[in-house]
Amino acid sequence: MSVLRVLTVGTLMHIKQISRSPFEIAITLIVPIVQATLAVYLFRAGGEQHRLLEAAVGAGVMGIWSSVLFGSGGAIQSQRWLGTLEMIMLAPRRPVLVILPITIATGLTGIYALLATLVWGRFLYGIRLDFAHPLAFVVAAVVCVLALGMFGLLLAATFVLMRNANALANTLEYPVWLVSGMLVPITVLPSWTGPIAAILPTTWGARALREATSGGPVWPSVAVCLGISLLCLALGGLALTYVERRARAAATLALA
Amino acid sequence: MGSDYAIEAEDLRRTYKARTGWLKPKRTEVEAVRGVTFTVGRGELFGLLGPNGAGKTTTIKLLNTLLIPTSGTARVCGHDVEKDTREVRRRIGYVFGGDRGLYDRLSALDNLRYFAELYGVAPRDQKRRIAELLDLVGLAGREGERVEGYSRGMRQRLHIARGLLHSPDVLFLDEPSIGVDPVAARELRRTVADLAATGTTVLLTTHYMAEADELCDRIAVIADGQIQALGTPAELRHRADGRRVVEVEAYGVPESAVESLRGLPGVRETAVEARGALQLLTVHSDAHVDVQGDVLRELAGIRLGRVNSREPTLEDAYVAIVSAA
Ligand SMILES: Nc1ncnc2c1ncn2[C@@H]1O[C@H](COP(=O)(O)OP(=O)(O)O)[C@@H](O)[C@H]1O
Ligand SMILES: [Mg+2]
Repeated sequence: MSVLRVLTVGTLMHIKQISRSPFEIAITLIVPIVQATLAVYLFRAGGEQHRLLEAAVGAGVMGIWSSVLFGSGGAIQSQRWLGTLEMIMLAPRRPVLVILPITIATGLTGIYALLATLVWGRFLYGIRLDFAHPLAFVVAAVVCVLALGMFGLLLAATFVLMRNANALANTLEYPVWLVSGMLVPITVLPSWTGPIAAILPTTWGARALREATSGGPVWPSVAVCLGISLLCLALGGLALTYVERRARAAATLALA
Repeated sequence: MGSDYAIEAEDLRRTYKARTGWLKPKRTEVEAVRGVTFTVGRGELFGLLGPNGAGKTTTIKLLNTLLIPTSGTARVCGHDVEKDTREVRRRIGYVFGGDRGLYDRLSALDNLRYFAELYGVAPRDQKRRIAELLDLVGLAGREGERVEGYSRGMRQRLHIARGLLHSPDVLFLDEPSIGVDPVAARELRRTVADLAATGTTVLLTTHYMAEADELCDRIAVIADGQIQALGTPAELRHRADGRRVVEVEAYGVPESAVESLRGLPGVRETAVEARGALQLLTVHSDAHVDVQGDVLRELAGIRLGRVNSREPTLEDAYVAIVSAA
């Protein structure tokens, strides 16, 4: 009960803190338009009119991923700047209860990118929003956000230790977009990326959303996505406990 | 419970290791705290006084579990800071000076709600507790505003409210009055004194002598990562017994002149403090030697302002202790 409350209140507060940043607002206004445009032109060039919606969804998932990636790294870093990292880590709680709300919050603000990409796709390019399984799409979207939030937790664990977490975040954005098939189908990628894709929750989340959009067995993908992310949660929780101790030994919770 | 002391520090040491440079990494080590031992009784208001870089913040962070000691041990309310981290955290509050440590884009109320939840204040008590604290720090009525619009003093007061949410037994205050205007600083001192009067143990760091003198039951003077003197303000004042102080306002004193002052018979310490255009020279001497004449002779040719010879104050005792370090 108390655990659920901490997570909920924490997530709400972090959504407020994140969504009021002028930088964040600018990003969330511009990026979805760019993504919708990108999706449309890539696929229009290929003459695949019927896959426009699928492309827009893929682009939206990229938005969630970017939000989680920069959110998890950025949130830790910006809390270090704000001086709040020490204050929250000092709480008599398991570190996972402190950090998970932050990464879930970044996932939730990211879902706005998905919705906005779809809306811009509709208005600018006339993409018809006819989903094969509308209900499954909603469920898949929610699972996708939670999954990315838990994956973000695992990332955040490494970010707590690293003073320049941003650098790592920068290098992870595009590879994960590509490898997990958010924009181009996995089948066109070199085969060595297959195993990497298979363990990334982003792959299964993107796939579930695609299946809900164009038809396909949504639920198995949702289940795998959820399974992998619960594993991330468990690993992330353990890692954080270890990392918190390391950070206290190495003095990386504060700036200077 | 268990221990008679709220805080026990035993030979605490902390070294910072840092790597600087990228192509040719150089390892640097800073020994910030070098063997600090002291105890603080329950309900005591204890001051750690020392110049910048003395190791005050590091000592506080070793005690409040933010840093792990390189060696030595510490207990808070009988719990080891390294092994029973969560038990320690349940019982302590931490407030640091400056305007960081709060969520700027949230209101004061949201900040407090969030931390109340994190620090495990029971849901049914949260509303009452938050209202109580807003009242205590004089922010009632302003709690709906975002913190980014707050003044430095208001942030500092919010910080204190946040640190007290879970009614900690021990409160760590790291230079709480830094950058706060004099009126707000006085309010702050009253709040701290009230807290101590109602049974909260307070460990306060400051580099303002007067603040430590006014508030603290006992003071540890720390410099160079080591405790140089420990006692009540009255006891510390005795450190300057048998001394006399000459103060000279001067304009453009060369380092060589200060050196030669130090060599005068009867002189124990000299200090130079820049005050805008002028410099304030403080010369400590044995009480029975009148050095004023000698001092003025050494400073011949330098433009001087007010000259004054007086009995030592607690501040002078502090200067004596720190410069002997
Ligand atoms: N994270 C850090 N890494 C390296 N050196 C540090 C760090 N924090 C403090 N120091 C150094 O340790 C010494 C003591 O610092 P500190 O405890 O902050 O002193 P104070 O609070 O008394 O001003 C200083 O020399 C400071 O430069
Ligand atoms: Mg300090």
